[in-house]
Amino acid sequence: MRRFKEKLSGRIFFVLALSSISALALITVFIVAKGAPIFVKVGVRDFVFGMSWAPGHGEFGIFPMIVGTLSVTLGAAVLGVPLGICCSIFLTEFAPSVLKSVFRPAIQLLAGIPSVVYGFWGLIFVVPFIRDRIGGPGLSILAGSVILAIMILPTVIMISEVSILALPRQYKQNALALGLTHWQTIRSVMLPAAKSGIVAAVILGVGRAVGETMAVIMVLGNAVALPKSILDPVRTLTTNIGIEMGYASGEHQQALFATGIVLFILIMILNSAAQFITRRK
Amino acid sequence: MTEPGQKAKLETKDLHLYYGAYHALRDITMDIPERAITAIIGPSGCGKSSLLRVFNRMNDLIPGASVRGEVLLDGAPVYGKDTDAVTLRKKVGMVFQRPDVFPMSIYDNVVIGPRHHGIRRRRRLDEIAEKSLTRAALWDEVKDILKKPGSSLAPGQQQRLCIARALAVEPDVILMDESCSALDPESTMKIEELMLDLAEKYTIIIVTHNMEQARRVSDMSAFMMIDENKVGTLVEYAPTMRLFANPKDKRTEDYITGRFG
Repeated sequence: MRRFKEKLSGRIFFVLALSSISALALITVFIVAKGAPIFVKVGVRDFVFGMSWAPGHGEFGIFPMIVGTLSVTLGAAVLGVPLGICCSIFLTEFAPSVLKSVFRPAIQLLAGIPSVVYGFWGLIFVVPFIRDRIGGPGLSILAGSVILAIMILPTVIMISEVSILALPRQYKQNALALGLTHWQTIRSVMLPAAKSGIVAAVILGVGRAVGETMAVIMVLGNAVALPKSILDPVRTLTTNIGIEMGYASGEHQQALFATGIVLFILIMILNSAAQFITRRK
Repeated sequence: MTEPGQKAKLETKDLHLYYGAYHALRDITMDIPERAITAIIGPSGCGKSSLLRVFNRMNDLIPGASVRGEVLLDGAPVYGKDTDAVTLRKKVGMVFQRPDVFPMSIYDNVVIGPRHHGIRRRRRLDEIAEKSLTRAALWDEVKDILKKPGSSLAPGQQQRLCIARALAVEPDVILMDESCSALDPESTMKIEELMLDLAEKYTIIIVTHNMEQARRVSDMSAFMMIDENKVGTLVEYAPTMRLFANPKDKRTEDYITGRFG
């Protein structure tokens, strides 16, 4: 009887685990099945590198959106990553415990704010600020980058912090015993030792930025054109799907699924890079 | 074996150490001779390591740690208002129990200290690396693999690398906190030989569980124990030969004859 129970519980867990994997498989198959025909019709090259997106006229080029995604993500990384890493260094090495007990929950809360709220705040506050003080229409790469930078902060901070905390305490002791200052110890011993974890933090943060939709729909302006400066509006791969999926049908719908495939591949590359780097140790 | 020099390199006077409200060391007064090996022995938890860490202010890292009394290095206060712990640690190096090489190349491990103390010229760093590794009796084993990660060495070699790393800073004093206890007998022997060599130029203080080791290498021995209030205290401090041959205190005698500890 006991053995039967053991076996049964094992099976139940297996089935439950399988269901999450099969959800992934189903989604993948579905997206590929729905999106693939447009690749065949337009051609992968014309789809990925095409400059014109006019579903009504049968033109499906998503290159401006790829540029949009990459530029907004890069902007978010440039703004958010240094800030996040510095914040995690502060939390692990400098912050008195009183400050830590305020900072940590605050950062976790930051992670819990719904993305639509970030977008709304960006629209009401960041966009007018950029329009009035810096120039351009306000709805821009810069606005999206600022919002995404804030959104990826919790990921970057928390994962870098964990990887710094996971270092053997002896590294710090040994470095200080050699007459290195606290900052020299951090810069030359601790950060290099925690490098793989920090890189993983950055990649996961960037992955989040690539996939974000709701917040950026509201602040990017969503124009399908190659941007000339960071003050120009752009459309990203995610926002393209988010905006048009509601009314798309036929080839148009297929093209949106194909956009999803491109996005999927982009994120898969990022995730495997993160895994590769964390495992290399 | 060198006779203990007359000059005291380090002195403590009525030294007390507290971790917050916890009284860790009581009333320790001792003169540590220059260019000799001083061993601190005693049962676990008697404050040997705490005392050792007083000398390079490693206890500063522990929140709430405070020192009362005097500690002098070459007559200058170690805990003075103007004393900078970072400068102090350049003069008082330390080798820990486990060989904690940094995750970088053998070469970078050795020169990390001098590099941060302002030496940038490649040729000068190369000289320092060779000199320190030679002095740590490791040069011949690693001279062709300097670019390899330090962690690729055997544990005994890693510990000598840590010694080389400490020597590269050119300290006057080297503190060794159970630096052989994680090593096999052969590596231990190598490091003991090394200690004897180094004592011609450096002041060495070792903490050890191993009484035989203290007897083999040290010139002076300090026996510590916790007193009735669980506070670490110095029971007896004397030339090693005398302490082991003719202990003055009953507790020392009991310990070295293996009656407890």
